Amino acid sequence: MDFGPHLILAILEGAVGASVLALTALGLSLVFGVMRVVNVAHGEFFMLGAVVAWFVASTLAGHPAVGFLAALVIAPLVAGVIAMVVDRIVLKQVEYDPEATIVGTIGVLYILQQSALMVYGPEARPVEPPFSHRIALPWVDWGENGFGFYFPWGLSTTSYKLFVIVAAIAILLTFWLVMSRTRIGLIMRATQLDRETALAFGIPVQRVYSMVFGFGAALAALAAVLIVPIQQAHYLMGHDPLLLSFIVVIIGGLGSVRGTVVAALLIGMSDGIISVFLSPTLSKIIATLLVALVLVFRPQGLYGKKMA
Amino acid sequence: MTLRVDGISTGYGEVQVLYDLSIEARPGEILCLLGRNGAGKTTTLKAIMGLLPLTSGSISLDGQTISTLPAHEVPQQGIAYVPQGRRLFKELTVTENIEVGLMTRGKSAQTRERVLAMFPRLRERLNQRAETLSGGEQQMLATARALCLEPSVLLLDEPTEGLQPSMIALIADTVRAMRDEGQAIVLVEQRIEAVLSFADRVAFIENGHGREVVETFALRDDPSLLQKYVGI
Repeated sequence: MDFGPHLILAILEGAVGASVLALTALGLSLVFGVMRVVNVAHGEFFMLGAVVAWFVASTLAGHPAVGFLAALVIAPLVAGVIAMVVDRIVLKQVEYDPEATIVGTIGVLYILQQSALMVYGPEARPVEPPFSHRIALPWVDWGENGFGFYFPWGLSTTSYKLFVIVAAIAILLTFWLVMSRTRIGLIMRATQLDRETALAFGIPVQRVYSMVFGFGAALAALAAVLIVPIQQAHYLMGHDPLLLSFIVVIIGGLGSVRGTVVAALLIGMSDGIISVFLSPTLSKIIATLLVALVLVFRPQGLYGKKMA
Repeated sequence: MTLRVDGISTGYGEVQVLYDLSIEARPGEILCLLGRNGAGKTTTLKAIMGLLPLTSGSISLDGQTISTLPAHEVPQQGIAYVPQGRRLFKELTVTENIEVGLMTRGKSAQTRERVLAMFPRLRERLNQRAETLSGGEQQMLATARALCLEPSVLLLDEPTEGLQPSMIALIADTVRAMRDEGQAIVLVEQRIEAVLSFADRVAFIENGHGREVVETFALRDDPSLLQKYVGI
């Protein structure tokens, strides 16, 4: 394949990765922003989403779309409810102390991971996509008859991959609308800005924390349901999303929605492109290097605010 | 409504700040807490709001104990708080800050109109972020946000700190108007002339202990207590 079509392919792969990464990282960023909790178990909620999606899809007979749609609802719910329980029995008990919650969520990480191993097993299992048409993509080139469209061999994507990108954009827009236009969004933003004053104005901060933690986990699970028809569910699949989410959130600026989305695009796209042309290891090296540079030259991240 | 603080002790973690402190705020009256820096005035207000755990004593509103309620239910009883340094939700707009105030007790657009009528300057800046307002406007917003509760008890912590005289006069007028409507007002204020001009009673606090509570006119005639507790 020529360089041009190859690049298009890499960009498409990158865009799928970036979409899923944006959703996952947004969950992490929301939880840190509002609760000041670094959720090390975030990747496990992602894994949980994928595993639950497999259970739901394999239980429900019929057209794969039925199982997929059910998973799209059930997996985030399950992850969200488990996260709320974690909030009550772990985070609340240590009074949201920044260091204690890191240690606490490391414990949660292993509990969730090993529970998945016991219940789900060590296999990687696929979930059938609800639809998956091969879409050949055209390319413009100088041919025998001058400039013309043709369909290079191998330059194709699937309708499902395009759906993932569109769905992620729709979820991001919904998230933004909820945060900026609704009462519940206002409550979360007020709590994020000043916890004590929020209490003095009748905002039940404890309940908001539970909800935010559940909401963050649900976003990760939702991202996983979207990706599992492409990637397969496995009990160790939470590592990469966790690492990449941290990279995204640090580059974008902790707690900044805009920064998270921009950084997810940057990291997701470069990860896709560099992985296709060079090697996946190199793309991780570059992403980590980027984090180091950001921490040295702009510690608050691209869109973060300096801590007072 | 009458707010009674009855022998409370509290502090921050291991550090005790208040020792067996009692005060009473009556409707239609401005009670001023006076004392040196670190005496425990702000701590008293925070304790009333339920933001600090009491190790002894109780706080009640018209006989109903409120100190056992979770902190977020205290304002719902009708106690509004204008914290020191204003503590606005800085990245939220003026509208959103007011909205948070209205939400506290589920007040309607009617309350919003009433409050905005008191501070017309805010109406011109509804879509501005709170952090972009001038100091005086921020104080107006902090006061407006509290009045959105239609409170029966209003706690103000140094509301005139760092303001120009015209702004101080506006805040003072607002506080007097609230008193005349029958609210109980608890004010922490450092400037003696302001205290003497509009407080009805003064409660002195020294090192976390409640001391004399006197009518303001008595202080005008005999400033020896001021000398004793504030050093002026």
